[in-house]
Amino acid sequence: MAPVATIPPFETFYAEHAGEVLGFLRRRVGRERADDAFQETFLRALRAYERLRHGEHLRAWVLTIATRVAIDAHRRAGEPTDELPDLPHHDGPTAYDELAFLTDALPAKERAAVVLRYGYDLDYDQIARALDSSPDAARQAASSGVRRLRRRLT
Amino acid sequence: MSVPTDLDERFRASAARSGLLAASYDVIESELGPLFAAVTDRGLARITFDPEPERELERVARIAGPRVLRAPRALAATRRELDDYFAGRRTAFDLELDLRGLPDFTLRVLGELARVPYGQTSTYRELAGRAGNPRASRAVGTVMNRNPIPIVLPCHRIVGSNGSLVGYGGGLERKERLLRLEGAML
Repeated sequence: MAPVATIPPFETFYAEHAGEVLGFLRRRVGRERADDAFQETFLRALRAYERLRHGEHLRAWVLTIATRVAIDAHRRAGEPTDELPDLPHHDGPTAYDELAFLTDALPAKERAAVVLRYGYDLDYDQIARALDSSPDAARQAASSGVRRLRRRLT
Repeated sequence: MSVPTDLDERFRASAARSGLLAASYDVIESELGPLFAAVTDRGLARITFDPEPERELERVARIAGPRVLRAPRALAATRRELDDYFAGRRTAFDLELDLRGLPDFTLRVLGELARVPYGQTSTYRELAGRAGNPRASRAVGTVMNRNPIPIVLPCHRIVGSNGSLVGYGGGLERKERLLRLEGAML
């Protein structure tokens, strides 16, 4: 049996993921609302931290929480969640960032699935948890998102 | 990307206010150099002279659970009392202490240690006697060496029967400076 990663002190977890989570949220909800979403994400993580059974997949776990916080933020703002706004961002671009603008026009679920799969390398189980759906539905959302992108590009 | 300082501080302050932290810590600047200090909901749990908080962080997490965060706001009272102490304005601490998990003998010894007044010294042997076992001065030495909350629990006031300083977890130089600060006869 592979050794199970122990749960690190919250400080260590926070220090390791705070930057990436903030970048993720700036892209999802915009710079202005990202600060509040950032706080909300890590407070939710702190609240749930006690219930963690092991320290594996913490990156996927916190990105899942951030995804939900972003969806809630859009809902609160009264924005239709399947028409996410075109969001400016000013962070150092990752390889994925250069392609991110392509996904902006996708419906929310497809966009989230494509972003989490190809931008953040989460597997479909993890994406399913983030989107409150099944792994099959997550796979379907990602692949129809990719198909839609292909149609737009050709 | 790095998180802007003001956002980082805001999160740490809300975490401290939320009541969700099992323990908060900070590094406090002092006359004796940087001090690592950690508090739980029960009180001050740890002070060390260790300049590497990571190691202490793990230790605090083992006692209090993993929800440990650097949250300076939670250490406000500790910082204030230490500042006052080092400035000579305070001769006793009013902080609640969290000594959970320590063996009975250690708790008895630390309880007696807390009664040794500011500016005075006692010996390992005397302390052993007051803790109920006059022959346990060596064990008392070990308890002093592992004191989880030095300065506040004044192990610097315990010296050898011949008046020599003997030892100090934070180094003899610090022990001497604390005793001089308190005006103890050396």
